[in-house]
Amino acid sequence: MDMKRRDFLKIAGISTIAGIGAPAALQVLLKGEVPASSFASGGAEEETGHGVAAPVGRRYGFVIDTRVFAKDQGLAQKCINACHRIHNVPDFRNKKDEIKWIWETGYANAFTSKSHNLRSDEVHHRKYMVLCNHCDNPPCVRACPTKATFKRPDGIVAMDYHRCIGCRFCMAACPYGSRSFNWRDPRGKDDKTGRYFIERKHLNKDFPTRMRGVVEKCNLCVERLAKGKMPKCVEEAGNSGAMIFGDLNDPHSEIRKVLASTFTIQRKPELGTKPSIFYIV
Amino acid sequence: MLEKALVGSSRYKVWMAFLLALMGIGGLSYIQQYNYGLGYTGMSRDVSWGVYIAQFTFLVGVAASGVMVVLPYYLHNYKVFGKITILGEFLAVASVSMCLMFIMVDLGQPLRALNVLLHPTPHSILFWDMIVLNVYLFLNIFVGWVVLTANKKEMPPPKWIKPFIYISIPWAVSIHTVTAFLYAGLPGRHFWLTAILAPRFLASAFAAGPALLILLCLVIKRVSKFDAGQEAIQKLVTIIAYAALINVFFVLLEFFTSYYSNIPGHMDTLNYLFFGLRGHHQLVPWMWTSVVLGISAIVMLLVPYFKLKEGFLALACVMIFFSLWIDKGIGLVIGGFVPNPLEEITPYYLTFGEVLITLGIWATGFFILTVLYKIALAVREEELIV
Ligand code: SF4
Ligand code: SF4
Repeated sequence: MDMKRRDFLKIAGISTIAGIGAPAALQVLLKGEVPASSFASGGAEEETGHGVAAPVGRRYGFVIDTRVFAKDQGLAQKCINACHRIHNVPDFRNKKDEIKWIWETGYANAFTSKSHNLRSDEVHHRKYMVLCNHCDNPPCVRACPTKATFKRPDGIVAMDYHRCIGCRFCMAACPYGSRSFNWRDPRGKDDKTGRYFIERKHLNKDFPTRMRGVVEKCNLCVERLAKGKMPKCVEEAGNSGAMIFGDLNDPHSEIRKVLASTFTIQRKPELGTKPSIFYIV
Repeated sequence: MLEKALVGSSRYKVWMAFLLALMGIGGLSYIQQYNYGLGYTGMSRDVSWGVYIAQFTFLVGVAASGVMVVLPYYLHNYKVFGKITILGEFLAVASVSMCLMFIMVDLGQPLRALNVLLHPTPHSILFWDMIVLNVYLFLNIFVGWVVLTANKKEMPPPKWIKPFIYISIPWAVSIHTVTAFLYAGLPGRHFWLTAILAPRFLASAFAAGPALLILLCLVIKRVSKFDAGQEAIQKLVTIIAYAALINVFFVLLEFFTSYYSNIPGHMDTLNYLFFGLRGHHQLVPWMWTSVVLGISAIVMLLVPYFKLKEGFLALACVMIFFSLWIDKGIGLVIGGFVPNPLEEITPYYLTFGEVLITLGIWATGFFILTVLYKIALAVREEELIV
């Protein structure tokens, strides 16, 4: 009896190490984080990588209603301009040096795995707003060798421009093309025309400009959230219902109600990054 | 022993002066890039790694291939390689040095490079790559130097060096494996997301590296009294031929998986590289050049008529080296970024400055190599050569 019990304990111990310890250790090693949910309690949905993460703490997200943007043609551009202006995003006017935080693209570009040739003309020609997804399981964070890109407890994937070494590994790792690099000095001006890349009259003194050689991307307006404000794009979209922002982990939030009542899709959910942005098509 | 590098024939001096000139030009270009930013290069938001990282990836292979002479000699006591192990080790030193330089010139904020060590991040493969590369560099310098010093004193190498040599063997494999992991673990990059990437890297490296080594041996034979010996060279030829064949096989496997599965994401890059995609054919001529050179070189390395004639052998080595350089240096790195995650195609065109910096680093690599070889040969032959 005693032997058996000891054997049992041994086996139990080993299987605990192998079954729980090892994946957790691997998780820490590979992803740099301990999973929010323990393996025992993680529901089936989480395991598939398609669902929302376990409801622990706050996790911000958006629902983008592309139908509203389709009706109000200028709205998307308004949101984009507002974001780029308050964040001092430089405009180099050439594709090679381009920096963008939020922009519009075609259906097949945004939803590469959900395109098919028989979609309605309307859906086909509509433009879709894309930005950093603030993934719950962000490959950019996993790749960054300096922790310059990091995930905050509230789910925002943020950047420390002062730590970034500009290796651009995170750009290779992001499967959504959400990151930009400062190929040249964003504070500078065009040699020929003397035009500043960040227009002087739009310069936002409350937000830092970047230096050359670092990566940047949408920061989900952390600086505004800290002051209790909405992200700028959401504010611009106003009460049109085009963009709904909120805490995905709060079952009573507006965003959860929308998600519960409407069919939404995410970009490339099959990659297991768990994007925090949902689209109504 | 370093003083042996300072003296030499006029031919030696001209060669060194030529390299120094290239290094100077590269250095000046780098200053320009440093002041302007990486916009100096042809890279863009979509193709965010270019020729620098491509050279780095290729040269890690050349460095790793040093193991192809070290392993048979030390592990299997294959005496014929005795003369050239030091050449293999020093080739590794020069290649790893070039790798580190290519990483440095590719950084947007090079002065912050130490952040990788100040904020160690074990979940980033780049962190591990830094570590394995630097340790490998150290191992090769250390082993090479100790063995050479012993040679100079006409004594057998000390026993305690053995563990370092044995460690350096799996370590060589590790540097190229970890470098493959830089690519192979990224979601959404179909072209790189293949479990066979590390073996592919190793196979191509074990062909390209020894090919360069043979070329170096042939050059050395002409400029000095040092002769690696027919047998050693022919053994390397066999290694190259087999490694290259295995590499071809691996590439064909990629083709099979992509085209038979018919998954667009997996076919897109191969189409782009070999047949053109949606009207974009930028790399097609390069890739077919690589195929033709590679296949012809393999044939030449297998047929006794060619492989036994020094001229043809040299030609075949140049061909295979260049073929694999295109395959890994251009196809693999650039291909991974095209099409981009939004399935748009952005071509990448090198800038002139980028080319000069690249040449400058290659010249620095050859400079290091020449100095090291000069010392090694001088010690071995006990007289000044070249
Ligand atoms: S969308 Fe890209 S940049 Fe944003 S969190 Fe996900 S992987 Fe990172
Ligand atoms: S470029 Fe900067 S943020 Fe991106 S991986 Fe490198 S250090 Fe991290």
